[in-house]
Formats: sequence, structure tokens, C-alpha cells
Amino acid sequence: MNNYELMVIFTPVLSEEDFKASQKKYADLIAELGGATIASHPWGLKSLAYPIQKKTTGIYWVFEYSAPATANEKLKIQLLRDEQVMRHMITRLDKYAVEYNHVKRNGGFAMQDKTQEA
Amino acid sequence: MAKNEIKYLTAIKQEKPKKKFCRFKKYGIKYVDYKDIEFLKKFINEQGKLLPRRLSGNSLKYQRKVQDAVKKARQMALLPYVTDLLK
Repeated sequence: MNNYELMVIFTPVLSEEDFKASQKKYADLIAELGGATIASHPWGLKSLAYPIQKKTTGIYWVFEYSAPATANEKLKIQLLRDEQVMRHMITRLDKYAVEYNHVKRNGGFAMQDKTQEA
Repeated sequence: MAKNEIKYLTAIKQEKPKKKFCRFKKYGIKYVDYKDIEFLKKFINEQGKLLPRRLSGNSLKYQRKVQDAVKKARQMALLPYVTDLLK
């Protein structure tokens, strides 16, 4: 069971409940493939750094889960088939990343110790 | 005529450059998050290009992690590929 992080950019025309519905859809898909969700961070509407498919804004969603290695292939097929998804990226989290996300979720970096000046 | 003028082959280094150190080793940062844009901006210049190690002062291992994170951020449109006056 490896830890993965999925980041998805949906088209900005997506309504709020569609956004929630697709979040649930993918979460259930991963659960069905034998994975377990760890955290879900919907960022919502954000402006993109450069236009994708002629759109300058997108709805971001970051989803952290642990799944067997075989689950990602099916997930990728679903993501590619979905028109609402403009772009997605699945990254594998090593132990430092998992620990970083855990600390960040529990407010570990509250005082921005990581980004003080060199 | 200019007998006493000493010709130096290499220029004299006047000011001593600030001692650079790898901030990842110093502060014990182990993971560079590609979603943390403010932190990544320290490693790219105005055009959005990656700073070389001699300027960012990173060690090789962490420079590669930064490079990897910046490329992921660019892929997910969090950072532009090329721009002007990014900061």
C-alpha cells in the first residue's frame, strides 16, 4: 500500500455540487480499488499561471490516499475519460512527504519555520 | 616608465562573497512540496527559470528535489513556464 497524492484541475464552469459529486466519485473509485483516503483538500477556483484549453481559471482539488500499486492505472483511465478534468497528476509520496503532509495537516508549520530567510 | 606598476594576471577579489549554505541541510527540510509556491519562488528568477546551484546555494541532492518540485508545479499551472517580472 503506497501513499499517493492526486491533484486534479477541473474546468471552471463546474458547479459546486458537480465538484463535490466528482470528488466523491473518485474517492469511491479509489476505495473500491482497495485504497483508503487519507485527506482531501478542495482548493476551489484558482487562476492558472498559463491558460489551459483556452481557460485561465480552474478548480483545484488535492487528494491524498494510500492504494495498492495497481489501482492507479484504472484511476488514470477514469480521469482521462472525464471531460470535466482538464489536467491531473498522481505523485507517489515517500516517507518524508507523508510526514510533511501529516505535520502540515496538524498545523505543524503554523509559524512558517520552513520559509524563514537564509 | 611604469616600472613599479604591478600587472596582475587575475583580478583581485575585493569583497568577500557571502558564505552560501544549503538551507535544506541547515533547517533539516526533507521534502520540497510542489504546492508550496511561496517557498519555490525563492529558487526561480524573474523569468520563472530555475536558479543554478551556485546562486541558490543548494546541495546537489536538494537542488534536484527543488527542480523536480518546480517542474511539477509548472505542470499543474501553479508556476508559469516563462514570464516576466514574476516576483
